[in-house]
Amino acid sequence: MTEAPAAADARVRLPPGTRLVDCDVHAVVPAIDALYPWLGDHWREVAATTQFRGPTDTAWPPTAATSMRPDLAGVAGVAESVADVRERALGPWQTETAILVCAYATEAVKNPDAAAALSRAVNSWVAETWLDAEPRLRGSLVVPALDPAAAAAEVDHWAGDARFAQVVLPVRSMTPYGNRLWWPLLDAVARHGLVLCLHAGGATGNPPTSIGWPTTYLEEYVDMASAFQAQLMSLVAEGAFSRYPDLRVLCAEGGFAWLPSLMWRFDRLWRGLRREIPWTTQRPTAYLREHVRLTTQPFDGPADAAGFARLLDQIGSAEMLCFSTDYPHWQYDQAADALPPVGDDDLRRILGDNARALYGLERRTR
Amino acid sequence: MTAAAGRAPTPLIDCDVHNALPADDALHPYMPAEWRERRDGLSYLPAQFRNVRENLGDRSYIGAEYPRPTPRASRVDAWPPGGGPPASDLAFTRAQLLDAWNIRYAVLNPLLGIGEMLNLELAGVLARAANDWLAAEWLDRDPRLRASIIVPYEDGPAAAREIDRLGGDPRFVQVLVLSRMIEPMGRRRYWPIYEACERNGLPLAVHNGGWGGHPITPAGYPSYYIEDAAAMAGAFQAQVTSLLCEGVLQRFPTLRVVLIEGGFAWLPALMWRLDRAWRKLRAEVPALDRPPSELVRERFWVSTQPMEEPERPEQFAELLEQLGMTEHIMFSTDYPHWDFDAPAQAFPIRLPPDIARRIQHDNAADLYGLGMPAAATATGR
Repeated sequence: MTEAPAAADARVRLPPGTRLVDCDVHAVVPAIDALYPWLGDHWREVAATTQFRGPTDTAWPPTAATSMRPDLAGVAGVAESVADVRERALGPWQTETAILVCAYATEAVKNPDAAAALSRAVNSWVAETWLDAEPRLRGSLVVPALDPAAAAAEVDHWAGDARFAQVVLPVRSMTPYGNRLWWPLLDAVARHGLVLCLHAGGATGNPPTSIGWPTTYLEEYVDMASAFQAQLMSLVAEGAFSRYPDLRVLCAEGGFAWLPSLMWRFDRLWRGLRREIPWTTQRPTAYLREHVRLTTQPFDGPADAAGFARLLDQIGSAEMLCFSTDYPHWQYDQAADALPPVGDDDLRRILGDNARALYGLERRTR
Repeated sequence: MTAAAGRAPTPLIDCDVHNALPADDALHPYMPAEWRERRDGLSYLPAQFRNVRENLGDRSYIGAEYPRPTPRASRVDAWPPGGGPPASDLAFTRAQLLDAWNIRYAVLNPLLGIGEMLNLELAGVLARAANDWLAAEWLDRDPRLRASIIVPYEDGPAAAREIDRLGGDPRFVQVLVLSRMIEPMGRRRYWPIYEACERNGLPLAVHNGGWGGHPITPAGYPSYYIEDAAAMAGAFQAQVTSLLCEGVLQRFPTLRVVLIEGGFAWLPALMWRLDRAWRKLRAEVPALDRPPSELVRERFWVSTQPMEEPERPEQFAELLEQLGMTEHIMFSTDYPHWDFDAPAQAFPIRLPPDIARRIQHDNAADLYGLGMPAAATATGR
């Protein structure tokens, strides 16, 4: 357990013909002044003349054991530059495409104009300092996550840039994303054929659990799975998948072992309560299987192949899982642990095919 | 869902029955003089405004309206012909539940909203009155009945006093709290309850429901009751996680926790997730000195209704194996609620007879000490 994890190395055996897509590589804004070139005079002056340093987000305490690979402790600039991600994430895994996620907590910023300005600046920073420099990367649009109309406008602004593959929202929201308050944003996501990525974290001020604020980060980390389930329930119950038949949702960094229990509970309740949500014409599991994908890190299923096969059978198929390293977070002890214990065919799907289909990568790049 | 539908072949213990007050003022005879006088002090008001409970502090959180699918979330056939709400009439409850299904023991968990009250003093008074009402009007009248102790759980010391007051009555078999509280239940404001549970040898039961004033999901307020109902499993998971991470099970080494009406298909995934996270983050929780799954399997019990229903029936057997807690699963009907599980149809597969018997009877008999036939009435009251 204390052995430092290497990145991919000789112990990791990728199936022949793998074209790897890493669906969760983090980009970290080093400090607010990195955004100055795109922030505009007003907000630059505010940042320079106040103590405003950008949003507060403790979803990943920087020194928590899950937050940083041990070999990176004390290393400056981790995940803050293309060079770092190339060397430590893309290279070792021979990644063909990586989805870059900057979890910039605009939902913590209550000033709506500031949240919009920061979102625009982060997206510009990603476009010009990451995507321009590294063709293997795809971006995730950061939006002001308390303001659906402004969020939709931000998505529209970038719609012509096909390098942005998705819109990322923090899974811990003020109001669940299926709610019709959010339809302007979902309209925009659907209009432009983007993926909606729900990512671990979120700092709206709502407690991380329905029973208030837990004492430890360990609890918050474990309880994050309930936030993902609440969002999926909301998207199904509010009819998002009926309204947007092509909507695709990626749950990133939330685990996946909880999915069968959600399906079984939700289907049972739907049989008794569907009158309340008549636009759901199929059982919830059908919507989840068709529209939702989940990243593999943190891996929260059983480690043995038989136990994992049973879980995968309960989930429905290997098509629901998409590989992620979650760089630079530390979810696995050995690089080999990052790979689910499945046969080569399923592994190839999880390592690349599923994500290529999810993002339409062939279509976008050729 | 009638007696004719099938008598259970093995003796049954029903771990979750929701008896109800026959009328809003049913607890008044059990309230202390001080509170009755306060009611008399309201004599300047028209009669309909003199109800102490409604006028002097029956305040709770407001703003989360999720209408149930039926009145009082109950089976439409559960309204007693003689009047009153479902499960408020002992004779009708006997006929429709205890006799119809040949139930050996049933554990009463009346959901009276007492633990959610903002006026803690009134909550304490009402908890005491409710327990005395349970003893006098239910437990004294049918030897098949057992009950949970109602406590004002947001007031730890007062809850502990109530547990100590009733701990000597063997018909009270556990202490009842609801799953959505003001704080995660591992936090120390609740520790006096756990001390009292240990002192009196009583399990702690966490029942589906309640509200501590927070959005009912970590993603905020959803729109529909189906989401409210489905999200309750998240509250249970947060409670289990909190009890483990705060070291409550180490600090109170004989405490046993029963999760009622929360399902259990989420528990294997939670154990996998907890164990993996604990291996990385255990420095934060020094009191949690063992893999969390070991403690879950030793110290937690679950009730069956509303069981998640696997997509394919045989997956129920897989679930039992993933859970590894067959000796800690206890049958419940949730009578008189709309999603009542009829004993004859509760399980998606035919369970092996030894497992069926454990779940339907023996596990609860062991936990609650019901293995021997009980005396017709308890003593000491």
